[in-house]
Amino acid sequence: MGSFVPRIVAFCCDRSGYRAADMAGGLGISVPETIEVVRVPCAGRVDALHILRALESGADGVLIVACHRGNCRSLTGDLAVRARTEHVHEIMERIGLKRERLELCNLSVQDGPKFAETVRRKFEYLKELGPNPTR
Amino acid sequence: MIKAEQKPVDEILGFLDAYKRILLVGCNGCAAVCHAGGEREVAILAATLRMARKKLGQKLEILEETSPRQCEPEFVDALAGKTEDVEAILSIACGVGVQALAERFSEIPVYPGVNTMFMGKTVEPGVWVERCQACGNCVLHLTGGICPVTRCAKQLLNGPCGGSRDGVCEIDGETPCAWQAIYDRLKATGQLDRLELFVPAKRWGRESRDRGPRTIVRGDLKQ
Ligand code: SF4
Ligand code: SF4
Repeated sequence: MGSFVPRIVAFCCDRSGYRAADMAGGLGISVPETIEVVRVPCAGRVDALHILRALESGADGVLIVACHRGNCRSLTGDLAVRARTEHVHEIMERIGLKRERLELCNLSVQDGPKFAETVRRKFEYLKELGPNPTR
Repeated sequence: MIKAEQKPVDEILGFLDAYKRILLVGCNGCAAVCHAGGEREVAILAATLRMARKKLGQKLEILEETSPRQCEPEFVDALAGKTEDVEAILSIACGVGVQALAERFSEIPVYPGVNTMFMGKTVEPGVWVERCQACGNCVLHLTGGICPVTRCAKQLLNGPCGGSRDGVCEIDGETPCAWQAIYDRLKATGQLDRLELFVPAKRWGRESRDRGPRTIVRGDLKQ
């Protein structure tokens, strides 16, 4: 698996995850280059289909970066995306995809370093796990 | 409307074992409203099935279509052009839609992707409850608008059984007794006298299926 470089799609809430990613960039903290950040108006907007499409089109892992619990500006986006993530986890298990490939995390605007750390951790995990077997 | 839920993915995959190219058809009627078989569910199921098959090293080509209503012949006819070289059809409409496709496309195996559950209403987003069993002779005018056929575990038509306790049905500790609800409602609306009216047993032929599927014929609409 030495040459395998995991690809990650990160759906980032415009009010938290995206700002954190931006901050990581501004601070010059390096994140793996194979991450693709998708800016969404609210994590609650991320649908099961978006996640599955990302996996089907070759992502080895998917991150959804939402606001902290109870901190959603759209009020219930964090709860909606939590339920949806669980739903996709169930689908993944049914078809033999490790649920850990999809992860929901909660960050705030000033979590630049934490964003980078989360992506790196995911990257290392996926590297260990190997390529998405369904792509 | 009709309420349905998707069959387990493994069960659907089992139907499709032998095929390499299928047509997956959703329905934009009831099946879409209960999030079981609309356009979005077609896309989600197609992606899921493709990935599952790729994992097994087998390709599955899926043509994705969503019919406005799979229970109407003209919309079913409109799918005719999409069945070329298709080895099987997977329908995620209700059972009526699945059968409509099977009748129309007699040469192609048709499989159900959902379990059709009941006719019901939305309680809250993501929660649906049964409200009508299409008994063919509605008695809601006698029962305060509460259906005993659907909501009473024994489908009693003339009052409760002996198992009704504190407003709860004897089948479990949670299901409300339909007849207690009917009584309360009739009382609240000043219609308790309706309980005196006898509801006869259901008529064979119109209210059951012992003569095959029930049919409605409207002479004024029939061509
Ligand atoms: S009595 Fe109940 S099952 Fe029969 S038609 Fe009325 S609502 Fe439907
Ligand atoms: S307790 Fe009520 S709902 Fe349950 S079977 Fe008896 S009459 Fe029907």
